[in-house]
Amino acid sequence: MSQATAAPKAPLTHRLRTWVGDNALRIYAVIAFVYLLLPVAYTFAFSFNDAGRTNIVWNSFTWDNWLNPCGAPEVCPSVVNSLVVGLIVTVVSTILGTLIAFSLVRYRFRGRSTTNLLIFLPMATPEVVLGSSLLALFLNLFVPLGFTTVVLAHIMFCISFVVVTVKARLASLDPRLEQAAMDLYASEREAFRRITLPLVAPGIAAAGLLAFSLSFDDFIITNFNSGQFTTFPKFVYVSATRGIPPQANVIASAMFFIALAIVLISQFAGRRRKEV
Amino acid sequence: MSIAAAIGDTLQEEHQPNEPKRKGKWVPYLLMLPGMLWLAIFFVVPIVSLFLTSLQTPVPGGQVGEFQQTFNFANYWDTLSDSTYYIPLFRSFVYSGIATLLALAIGYPLAYAIAFKSGKFRNLLLVLVIAPFFVSFILRTIAWRQILADEGPVVAVLRSVGLVGETAGVYPSAVAVIAGITYNFLPFMTLPIYASLERVDPRLIEASGDLYAKPFTGFRKVTWPLSMPGVVAGTLLTFIPAAGDYVNAALLGRPSNTMIGNRIEYTFLSVNDYPTAAVLSFILMACILTMVLVYIRRVGTEDLV
Repeated sequence: MSQATAAPKAPLTHRLRTWVGDNALRIYAVIAFVYLLLPVAYTFAFSFNDAGRTNIVWNSFTWDNWLNPCGAPEVCPSVVNSLVVGLIVTVVSTILGTLIAFSLVRYRFRGRSTTNLLIFLPMATPEVVLGSSLLALFLNLFVPLGFTTVVLAHIMFCISFVVVTVKARLASLDPRLEQAAMDLYASEREAFRRITLPLVAPGIAAAGLLAFSLSFDDFIITNFNSGQFTTFPKFVYVSATRGIPPQANVIASAMFFIALAIVLISQFAGRRRKEV
Repeated sequence: MSIAAAIGDTLQEEHQPNEPKRKGKWVPYLLMLPGMLWLAIFFVVPIVSLFLTSLQTPVPGGQVGEFQQTFNFANYWDTLSDSTYYIPLFRSFVYSGIATLLALAIGYPLAYAIAFKSGKFRNLLLVLVIAPFFVSFILRTIAWRQILADEGPVVAVLRSVGLVGETAGVYPSAVAVIAGITYNFLPFMTLPIYASLERVDPRLIEASGDLYAKPFTGFRKVTWPLSMPGVVAGTLLTFIPAAGDYVNAALLGRPSNTMIGNRIEYTFLSVNDYPTAAVLSFILMACILTMVLVYIRRVGTEDLV
């Protein structure tokens, strides 16, 4: 990225100053990226720390945590809980949200703006309010807190994000494609299955991934509605006071690389298929 | 679908290619029924329930956490006049306001660089912006605790340049809390700004230069106004969750840095004083909705969703 544009004979300090001037924005961006990624690097590095129970100060390098990720108590059960919740939430919220997105983009109907508002409001409400209002409901109705209440709550806040993601993809679709399919004697159902659905599929997949990561990483709403049930973020938060085992860093780092791989592969695949 | 209807539809589409189709009237309602029902039951009803809880009073002679439904609006006044509540509420808006401005100052140039200066690395850089989300945000906040700790690199640098005394530190403090909030919500600021900058036609900026505008004037008169929808969306997506956040204050701050979220959590889950916690939640929501409406009115952006 570094090209000095100054004349080669100018004095060094001047050239340096010109280079900095030309690349100020790039330098700024690099610093911003360091800020963004430094905690990620820390989390990864400390997954190799031979720390025992409290992983705060760097001790010495070890592979043990990676070889034995379930070595610390509670880590793996909480991860399994989070995965199960995340999968159920992803399936349900993606289906419900996609249906809403279709009805909003494909139809004009009375109550459309009210629907839009009801989709927008949960995203414009802080998580403490969402969490505490659900807790108020569950307390008033004497619903026991646990796995079920966590799943119900997660689906609620994921639906809006699914709607917005799928809607964006649907709105950018050229309606003439479907029209052309029907001109070529495809039935409405066929046109939907063979034209619309494949074109919207990447948007639905993206929405599903978003829902999963929102659910998997949610702490605040979970904390209000989980009772004794423990998810991975809740486990990390609760153990922060007495020390987080390095195995938590292993799990987080592994999730990081899996997610990164999925995104990079989908980008690569998208480019090979050329602009859809 | 009959051929006549298909032709009718085609004709209609010719006039308004983007106008959605009009088919069975009940179809859209049926499609969205399950999802909207879910939102009604688990978003609207709970908000009503929260409001009802905020008006409850303790059962006379009852145990901790036992309340009966009354309509005691005095709860609001009692809570708001208590400095252990209104100070954290005020502090929340100060911290999240500063963090939003900082995120804008960091996120805007970053989005600009990605949109106009990144060349073929653009997609990779976008992935890097969202990459932090792939690590549990609580662990990232804990990592900040390590980075800002007295033994960490930041304090070492600050001490060597004399910005921080030998005994003073950065963690725990208000500065650490604000830095953590800024960090956690920076991608929410950067991505919408990038999305609107990406749509800016570079030829418009060139044109402003051709018309003898200095680069900064060109930015102020052309790029900045065109990126406004992204700035509005970004500031809302940062400010709203930041104002309600309590993880950063709990992990990076002192007790004197508690925000309203910490108070709500503590009052709800530890003290089991549900009415007071519900009052606080309701006031927080009301404050944020008011601010958002005033802000949107000011900058005049209608469609955000």
